[in-house]
Amino acid sequence: MSESTKMTGASSLVKALEASGVDVMFGIPGGAILPAYDPIFDSKIRHILVRHEQGAGHAATGYAQATGRVGVCIATSGPGATNLVTPLADAQMDSVPIVAITGQVASGAIGTDAFQEADIRGITMPITKHSFLVTDPADIARSIAEAFHIASTGRPGAVLVDIAKDALQMQTEFNYPKSIDLGGYKPKLDATPESIRDAAALIAQSKAPVLYIGGGAIKAQAHKELLKLAELTGAPVVTTLMARGAFPDSHPQHLGMPGMHGTVAAVTALQKADLLITLGARFDDRVTGKLSTFAPNAKIIHADIDPAEIGKNRRADVALVGDLRLTIEALLPAIKSEFKKNQPDISAWLSQAYGWRNRFPLGYDHPSDGSLSPQYVIERIGKLSGPDAIYAAGVGQHQMWASQFISYEKPRTWLNSGGLGTMGYAVPAAMGAKVGAPDTTVWAIDGDGCFQMTNQELVTCALNNIPIKVAVINNESLGMVRQWQTLFYNERYSNTQLHSKRIPDFAKLAEAMGCVGLTCDSRDDVDKTIAQAMEINDRPVVVDFSVHKDAMVWPMVAAGTSNDDIVNARSLAPIWDSQEL
Amino acid sequence: MTQSHPDAPSSSTSILKTRTLSVLVENSPGVLARISSLFSRRGYNIDSLAVGPTENPNFSRMTIVINVEDHALEQVIAQLDKLINVISITELDPVVSVQRELLLVKVSTDEKTRSQVLETVQLFRAKVVDVAQDAVTIEATGNTEKISALLRVLEPFGILELIQSGLVAMSRGLKPGSISEDKK
Repeated sequence: MSESTKMTGASSLVKALEASGVDVMFGIPGGAILPAYDPIFDSKIRHILVRHEQGAGHAATGYAQATGRVGVCIATSGPGATNLVTPLADAQMDSVPIVAITGQVASGAIGTDAFQEADIRGITMPITKHSFLVTDPADIARSIAEAFHIASTGRPGAVLVDIAKDALQMQTEFNYPKSIDLGGYKPKLDATPESIRDAAALIAQSKAPVLYIGGGAIKAQAHKELLKLAELTGAPVVTTLMARGAFPDSHPQHLGMPGMHGTVAAVTALQKADLLITLGARFDDRVTGKLSTFAPNAKIIHADIDPAEIGKNRRADVALVGDLRLTIEALLPAIKSEFKKNQPDISAWLSQAYGWRNRFPLGYDHPSDGSLSPQYVIERIGKLSGPDAIYAAGVGQHQMWASQFISYEKPRTWLNSGGLGTMGYAVPAAMGAKVGAPDTTVWAIDGDGCFQMTNQELVTCALNNIPIKVAVINNESLGMVRQWQTLFYNERYSNTQLHSKRIPDFAKLAEAMGCVGLTCDSRDDVDKTIAQAMEINDRPVVVDFSVHKDAMVWPMVAAGTSNDDIVNARSLAPIWDSQEL
Repeated sequence: MTQSHPDAPSSSTSILKTRTLSVLVENSPGVLARISSLFSRRGYNIDSLAVGPTENPNFSRMTIVINVEDHALEQVIAQLDKLINVISITELDPVVSVQRELLLVKVSTDEKTRSQVLETVQLFRAKVVDVAQDAVTIEATGNTEKISALLRVLEPFGILELIQSGLVAMSRGLKPGSISEDKK
């Protein structure tokens, strides 16, 4: 790739994208990026014309989460670029590798408040891993190569490359670097041998360990090594919202998801553990509850590729800074040799932890008025579509239920907006996932609130042969907000009633966008309707599941309270044996 | 000052200390904005920040003075290190580094006080850089303690205007902070 031939900056951009291995990008053209769209017209890269730049950004994220490759989105300057702000922040919070390319006004006009000018590099500084502004055409190819390198290595994240229009138009030589050496960016891959030994020693001393698994396990492709580590140590496993699928739900050591809406067993095991083996997780407030009361007796092993995560929220006794797959590979023999000297007996701890799992399983009631239970709908979608399907959720109650009541067996089958909590994520993310995995069934499990934020991408899906399936869990309200109003605001339902069983008609809306629209409001029809949706593969399908609006997500640790105060149904704390307290 | 998580367990080292960081950065547009944005976003207060060119035109060096706890200092360094344009970060211990700031101060004087002010200037090895009818402007360099002491003495005469450069600092001896050094 070292040949240097004269070409426009725009051609250099497209050639650099090809050289970076891009096969698809999501975007919308406009004035400043227009020069790039001319060579895009001839490129082998598939460009999917979306209906809103936010959709392009989440589609890139869905593609990246489903495939493990870098997702790419492209937009013009000003509003095109600012519409990417939400998906960039979203991808960065969840450490998803995406590269956003934006056109910028001509370099001479930068700073003059020109038409469609916005300082997108400045705007995105705090919400990206890095952002470039390119005004010299000779820098385009190198910046693209660096952007892909930064997005995909170390802790993955979002990178923006803003390119001035005149840089795209001018002639330049194509110089794509053979290798990338950034003085200020050298991710550390191998944890030190001392830290591996210290971690193994702590594991061999622990009588009550828990493997606390975060999304890093999926990013690092460490699920096979994780399984070995779990079986070697015998420790119970909890998988955070970002890690669902990193460890099979069917595995006997799995206690489920921890956190605000985690299982009683997972939350309690973290609280009572004497050692947390933290792998690619970040002690997020939704997991720890009130931090000062989190896992009070536990020593902490913290493995993460980002050194800034160590000690950010919770002090680590042993820090393992490096690539998680390599870290676990190094840990396995170290633990084996410690276990030869002394293998701790954790059987009492296991029977306690598994006892909690048996006594406090996840559950839900069918509404007494005969209306549909949202949890039941989601559970049946999971059962009938199986563990090979990909599930993308929006944000809110349906997201929590989709995490709780679908069994995940494989990494990259559960996509959601965990950190930023972006409503409207599901439809465009499912679109991106389906583009990346065209032979896989892809469900968007969405709420009626979320769906109304980004459903226009169904037009994109219908026109581009991207047959996703969307389940709108329609409780005609902003359900999670309503749940908090029920619990904490005396049932004063200020502005959470959406009336979406009346307006819009989701099935008709779907038909208008070139999709099949189905409806379902009774338990008897759920399986039949899902089967019908599963049979349609030539078009997107939207199923409007009309569900009971009072269903709530349980268990729950109220915001700002201790995990010790988990409630497994309204006003119903778990009843513990006296020796457990 | 909200360096650590509000309900993080309080550690025995939770004492605020003034620290001097020498930060080597790429000399490219937007770097200063990135650093100041990081400090503001993460809730760290900067006491002073001075930036200028180095012996190599591709790099700039910043001297950042912050007032933080030990735990927060580790976080500041780790977060700064994540910025792609940051090459290296060194904490400079005042004992083994040269630390200087520049002060310009305009002091009110009259016939009676002028000689006292000039005497103070001499005692502190400072310089008078401008004289007017009823004011003198003084330039002084030194470490933070010297500058504070000078200001304490000048204050009773009436300080009309003052400006400080912010601290710049360099380690003593060989060049542990040099550009060839690998990223921390």
